[in-house]
Order: sequence, then structure tokens, then C-alpha cells
Amino acid sequence: MKGSRKRAITPWVFLGPYLILTAVFFVYPFINSIWLAFHQTNGPRSAVFVGLSNFRFVLSDPDFYTAVKNTSIYAVVSVMIQLPLSLGLAMLLNSGKSRVRNLFRLILFSPHLVGQIFVGILFSVIFTPRYGLFNRGLQELVGWGLEERWLANPSLVMPALIIVSMWLYVGFNMIYFLAALQSVDKNLLDAAHVDGASPMQTFRHVIIPQIKAVAIFVVVMSTIGSYQLFELPYALLGGFGPNNSGLTIVGYLYSTAFETGDLGTGAAIGWLLAFVIFIISTIQIKLAKVE
Amino acid sequence: MNTIHITLVFLVAIYGILRWGYPRKAEIASGYLRYVLLGIAAFLILCPFVWLVCAVFKDKDVLMQYTFLPAVSDWSTKTLNFNNFRALFAGEDTVQGRVYFQEYVINSLFLASTATSINLFFASMGGYALSKYEFRGRQGIMAFMIGSMMFPSMLFLAPVYRMIFAFGWMDTYLALLVPGACSVFGMFLFRQSMTSVPDSLIEAARIDGASEFGIYFNIIMPLVRPITGAFCLITFLGSWNSFIGPQVFIQTQSKLTLPVVLNQYMGVYTQQYGVFLAGTLLAIIPPAVLFFALQKEFVSGLTSGGVKG
Repeated sequence: MKGSRKRAITPWVFLGPYLILTAVFFVYPFINSIWLAFHQTNGPRSAVFVGLSNFRFVLSDPDFYTAVKNTSIYAVVSVMIQLPLSLGLAMLLNSGKSRVRNLFRLILFSPHLVGQIFVGILFSVIFTPRYGLFNRGLQELVGWGLEERWLANPSLVMPALIIVSMWLYVGFNMIYFLAALQSVDKNLLDAAHVDGASPMQTFRHVIIPQIKAVAIFVVVMSTIGSYQLFELPYALLGGFGPNNSGLTIVGYLYSTAFETGDLGTGAAIGWLLAFVIFIISTIQIKLAKVE
Repeated sequence: MNTIHITLVFLVAIYGILRWGYPRKAEIASGYLRYVLLGIAAFLILCPFVWLVCAVFKDKDVLMQYTFLPAVSDWSTKTLNFNNFRALFAGEDTVQGRVYFQEYVINSLFLASTATSINLFFASMGGYALSKYEFRGRQGIMAFMIGSMMFPSMLFLAPVYRMIFAFGWMDTYLALLVPGACSVFGMFLFRQSMTSVPDSLIEAARIDGASEFGIYFNIIMPLVRPITGAFCLITFLGSWNSFIGPQVFIQTQSKLTLPVVLNQYMGVYTQQYGVFLAGTLLAIIPPAVLFFALQKEFVSGLTSGGVKG
């Protein structure tokens, strides 16, 4: 009797650290961020109720729309490029020998170990006009691009950012696709082969349905991640780039809350960001179900 | 025509020969194509790393002159030397006095390993409670955990900043270690792998008089070694690479971590790329070493969380 009562408390003891930490550093800040979004702060101590004016300020600030536009372009384009590329690489790896597979998986995944700040620093030099590795490689390959100022020309900042994010994430997404492909039912593949299905037909009707769940997971996760982009462009461009061409929503939040010191408006941007992410992932999941 | 073009034409030509020279053995040509494409992908991925390793050993006068390394005939201490590392470790005069690069390395190592140890302990205990105990509220807690993962972490930064200030934790490592001390993702990871441990093992240990904590610590934890490795690596990487936390909460120069400092160095050493590139290379090495030691666990851990293909 005594033992079972003791056992009823035990899980709560094990969960204690989580419950305390989540109450203090999740539930309270969650409520506080709602409160804060309606207040104007002057330093971390004082706060005055201002109603909706934080939201009104953000929604009338052209920088906010620049940030939303940049982040959306980045999210859409990089997901659209990365998805087929990482699926393609996963399919190339899937049929190879397992030792070769492990080696290539290791290589293709390796950029993901490097933090976004370090990647940004590295590529800020790689994109140097005339001398950088990227400019020289491009010149050798297609005979153009040696003098392009990738990080100083506002219209080239986004392409540069997308190229870097490709390098960083293609191998990471590939791991998920590879795991999904490895668990595709071999009997179904054999059956398709016996029935004389072409590789395209097999891909369309046997493989796609079986990896669809993972593909949706990858798309939703990459989109959510893309909307929280900040450190990579911040280090790559040493700030937000020419004409704010590298300003993202989180960058805008960071500069408002911690460079300007306006925590209330920062909280309001945080809620707008949460709202945008919620809407987009809901739409993606709905669309995936309809198909 | 240059080397790159010639190589590409050569690779295509071989494919043509295999494809049309041996039409009955289509698998040879397709196998060749697969390895060529994978090889190109691997080459493009590794190129920046190779470039970085070459760059840090080049003298600042010739850093940009050669794409990778100078021709062997040009090798001398004037072109290849350790000057970048010397400058990096010579220390830097800041408004808060002289600070040495090794201090930042130690800070980063300390923070990442402390964060990993604390998280491992808290998240695995939480995961154990959720996997092996039936109690009222369990489903509710898990639903809450999933819900909490849907909010972007930036939403909490402004209110947490105020709390850290109120607690008097500004400019201390408590601000970096405590708020993230129990990872929800980690609890799910541990819950998932602990569920597969047979209950009979736990019952037997209870009959033998083992304490509940003893069962968790001595029986369950050794059985989930792979997921422990994966989780430690993920947590270490997260802490090692984190930027916003230290950037916002730490003010004393000598308490800063590598990502913040190297980002500063880009503004300090504007004419000496080699110095902050050398720092970046050193900052990549510890996670890389850990990864190669634990790579099998890492991949299995990544793909087991939530995705079941």
C-alpha cells in the first residue's frame, strides 16, 4: 500500500525539473509576452500600457514588410530548391552499397555541424568579388561572375543567402528522405518490377505515396525553420545588408527589441511571427491532406 | 576550355561510352552516373572546408592571391605560415582590457558541456516518467509539450530578458544555462526509446528492492545508450553554436563565447581575414570530433524523433 502510493508520486518527482522550468521559463513568459505586446517599455524595468499601438507601429513600418517579403522569398525558394535536390540525392544514395552510403551521408551532412554564425563568417569571405572561392569557381565554370558583389548588391543578397542555405541544409534534409526510402516496402517494388512498371511509374505510384509523410514533415519543418532565419544573414552580411536586403522577421525583432531596446514592440513582432508560422504550417498540412 | 570544362566533358564522354557501348548492361552506365553525381555533390559540399583549411595557413599578403594553396614552387614561410594563429592567440585589446582567444574557447567548452550534462539528466528523467509510469495527467502533459514546441523561441526572448534582469542574472551564465535546461524534444526522444524497454525488467528490479531512481539510473539509462549519444551531440551542437543568448545576456568581453566573438572579429580584423577564419576553423573542430565519434547514434536519433517512414 505504502509502496504504490510512493510510486504514484514518483513520476511527478522525475518530471519535477521539467514542470518547474516550463512554468517559470515557458508559461510565465508566454503570458508576459501577451501583456508586454500591449505595453511600451523603457529599459527592462518600466512599462506603460499603450493598447494596440505597438502592433500599429509594426504594421505601418516599411521595414517590417521588407522583412516579411525577404523571409517569405527565402522560405519559398529555398524549400523549392532543397526538396527535389535532397530527395534526388537520397535516391542516388539509396541504391548504393551501404559502406559508400555511409561515407556520402557523412560528407553531405557535415555542413550542418557548423553553426549558422560560423557559416556566415566563412561565406562572407568566399563571396569576395574577384578573389573569393565562389566568384572564381563561377568564372571558371560559366565565364561570368568574377566581379559580382554578392553581398553588397541588394538584388544579389537573397540569391547568395539561398545558395549558402542550400549548402547548409541539403544533406540534412536528405537524411530524412534516405531514412524514408530505406523503409519503402521492397515487396511492392518487386511487384511493380514484375508487372513491368517503368522507373518513372514506380517512382510516381509506389515510392511517392510511401514517403509522402516524410516529405510533408520536411517541408513544414524547413518552412518553420526558414521563417526563424536570423543568424546566417546577420553574420554573412555583417548586419542586415545593403537597403535591408538581408533583413528577416527575426532580424527585425532582434534589432527592435535589443538594439533599439523596445521590448514591447519586440513582443508584438514575436506574436506576429508566431501567427505567420501558424497560418503557413496549417495551410501546408491542409493542402497535403487534400491531395 | 579550362580544367573544369575538360573534366566535365571527360565525365560525360565516359557515360556515353558506357551507355551506348554496352547497351545490354544498362546498370553499369547508371551506376557510373550515380557515383559521378554523388561525387560532384560531395565535392561541392567539401570545397568550402578545404578552402578554409588552406586559407588559414596562408600569409595575409597572399591569402586572396591563390584560390587554394600556392604552387609548390612558391611554398615558403612568406606564403605559408602560422601568423594567423599567432595573431589570433596574441590576445586583443578591448575597452575591458586584454582578452585572449583561449578564454573564449574555454567559455564555449564549459557552457556546452554543462548545458549537455544538465539537459541529459533532466530530459531523460522526464522521458522515463512519461514512458514507464501510468498516472493521471500524463496525456495532458504530452499534449502540452507538443503544443509548446509550436511557438517560435524568439517569442519568449523579450519577456525572458526582463526576467533575467529581475533575477539579477544579467552577465552571468545562469541566464544561458537555466532557461533551456530541460529540452522538450529530448524528453520525447528518451520517452520513445525507453518505451521499448520491457516492463518485466523494471518489475524484477522492484522485487529485488531497487529504488525508483536506481532503476532509472542503473537499469534504464544504460539500455538507451544510442539515444543518449545522439541527444548529447544535438544539445552540445545547439549550445556551442548558439548566438542570440550570449549576444543579448553577456556584456563582459572575457565571458563571451566563440560565435559572438568571431562575429565581432569580422569588424575588428577587417584587413586580416585569416585571423577570424583561423578562429572559425578552430570553432568547427570540437563539434566535428564529437560527430565523428558519435555519428551512428546521431543519424538514428535524428530520424527516430517523430518521423516513422
